[in-house]
Amino acid sequence: MRFRAKIVDGACLNHFTRISNMIAKLAKTCTLRISPDKLNFILCDKLANGGVSMWCELEQENFFNEFQMEGVSAENNEIYLELTSENLSRALKTAQNARALKIKLTNKHFPCLTVSVEMLSMSSSSRIVTHDIPIKVIPRKLWKDLQEPVVPDPDVSIYLPVLKTMKSVVEKMKNISNHLVIEANLDGELNLKIETELVCVTTHFKDLGNPPLASESTHQDRNMEHMAEVHIDIRKLLQFLAGQQVNPTKALCNIVNNKMVHFDLLHEDVSLQYFIPALS
Amino acid sequence: MKCLVTGGNVKVLGKAVHSLSRIGDELYLEPLEDGLSLRTVNSSRSAYACFLFAPLFFQQYQAATPGQDLLRCKILMKSFLSVFRSLAMLEKTVEKCCISLNGRSSRLVVQLHCKFGVRKTHNLSFQDCESLQAVFDPASCPHMLRAPARVLGEAVLPFPPALAEVTLGIGRGRRVILRSYHEEEADSTAKAMVTEMCLGEEDFQQLQAQEGVAITFCLKEFRGLLSFAESANLNLSIHFDAPGRPAIFTIKDSLLDGHFVLATLSDTDSHSQDLGSPERHQPVPQLQAHSIPHPDDFANDDIDSYMIAMETTIGNEGSRVLPSISLSPGPQHPESPGLHSEEDEAEPSTVPGTPPPKKVGTGGGGRGRRWGRQQPPELTCSLCSSAHCSSAPSWPLYAPPRAPALCWLKTVRVKAEPRT
Repeated sequence: MRFRAKIVDGACLNHFTRISNMIAKLAKTCTLRISPDKLNFILCDKLANGGVSMWCELEQENFFNEFQMEGVSAENNEIYLELTSENLSRALKTAQNARALKIKLTNKHFPCLTVSVEMLSMSSSSRIVTHDIPIKVIPRKLWKDLQEPVVPDPDVSIYLPVLKTMKSVVEKMKNISNHLVIEANLDGELNLKIETELVCVTTHFKDLGNPPLASESTHQDRNMEHMAEVHIDIRKLLQFLAGQQVNPTKALCNIVNNKMVHFDLLHEDVSLQYFIPALS
Repeated sequence: MKCLVTGGNVKVLGKAVHSLSRIGDELYLEPLEDGLSLRTVNSSRSAYACFLFAPLFFQQYQAATPGQDLLRCKILMKSFLSVFRSLAMLEKTVEKCCISLNGRSSRLVVQLHCKFGVRKTHNLSFQDCESLQAVFDPASCPHMLRAPARVLGEAVLPFPPALAEVTLGIGRGRRVILRSYHEEEADSTAKAMVTEMCLGEEDFQQLQAQEGVAITFCLKEFRGLLSFAESANLNLSIHFDAPGRPAIFTIKDSLLDGHFVLATLSDTDSHSQDLGSPERHQPVPQLQAHSIPHPDDFANDDIDSYMIAMETTIGNEGSRVLPSISLSPGPQHPESPGLHSEEDEAEPSTVPGTPPPKKVGTGGGGRGRRWGRQQPPELTCSLCSSAHCSSAPSWPLYAPPRAPALCWLKTVRVKAEPRT
């Protein structure tokens, strides 16, 4: 198993740093999957995470100008590593004004992902910062649990409002109740509702727009105003929203009635999918 | 004692107090003829800090009212810090700061004269007189490096603020390396991230150390001095010796100087001789016993030598032979009769001049330290294959095992002045 990659472009480095910051906010521990064309940050559907799943994918050639990997074997040319997300984002934070960033898989007393940053320096000599991020190699038998989640056919698919606005609304609602209902229809309307004995609060978002329907036939006679809803834990939604520091290029919300909500975001060229299941 | 600080120096004084507050909980304020000294030591006696402000730092400085002896006092760091808590406020509103020590009323009075006629008076009670003196001599340390504080500030930037300890050493090609130090825990599954910063020799104004030498000290305590030095734009010197011997961090300008003396992790493993460069344990020449300086006379100090006399309360009269302290590692036999009597007061120790045994889990600042003969792992620095790097910062170095806190400081009691 080998992995070596290098980023020299400043913009790519900043983008990669932003992505790792986002991952650090979404998942404390996550799986990094390295394949010849892609890098994935994965959080799978475990009870410990409250059933939340995350799948983040980026094309390696959009970031790295050097990328070499050798997977576990020829037929299974992939590497699955488990790491603490905050370590990676902290390591990349020091690469703000770097000349070059190198990442490689090493084994210094324990397996780690070594991030080596060459800083721009005033003096003639270069300064090098090295971070050894401890990792756990995930054995092949567990790979099946870490595959791209199947996105079920949504009942409603709608574009999200400005995430910052949504986040401030949800933050205030969190103080009132842990149970949030998210509902949307094909008419561009999305509501966030909380209900307690004393008070009900609903925030309405209108004119959001819906993506073109995938299959015409099943939805043709659907009532456009019919709301699909799902009851979720507000803290999970808040954690997802807190991770979005930058406005995404595209943000889509798919609701499967009473089953789950699926967020599909695109940050420039990096796709992020986040699944929150319904409260049982 | 009475002194007056004006203008920008008020903030400087405030910053110094902030720095000292990172070390200890009690501040020893001692007005001397050559300036006002502020000292502190941490609870485990593994860190000592001292700032000396020259008389020129003050608009007015009177060490003692004529006819009276010099007074000393010890006050709670928290109390003194609260006066200077907001540095922004000090800068914006405080015009003058007057500090006076009134032996009669046992009060330290700090008066801040602020804008718009506002005057804030703080009456701090102090505890009985004690003299905190540490024995250390930067000149006797074989290794030293000096750099602008800014360079060192940039060097510690990649390390997490919560990191307790860091190892500083010289690697191949005379590269200066800082590496995060984590205590080895046998049963720990969650390993901590290791960060390493590698700087070239050119970043340093002076680098006098051989490749392979290294010490491990508390980063949190060092940051206290570093932030002060950065704000004052001063150069910071680090004098160090073998692991286990204290490291001395100094800053100096025309109006003040600061010393932070931090214990370093010692190397108690005899196998250490096999690892690393063989020159590491060159015996350091014995300190010459100086001519006995007058206990309170600091004017005799030359710039590089800060041997401060150690006094005992037993028959405190006349001359006393300065204990000569051998700096070579390992247990040392006492060479001065004076040492024995002091050790009787100190905690029981098998060997004078070395730390007393510390139990597991104890230690200042909640940092548990333990005895242990752990086989130090051989660490190698990551290789840099970039064309920009002049030489690969590969650093054969071992991580010394933990040792208890050094108790090389003696707080001595001086006869309390009879109060009238």
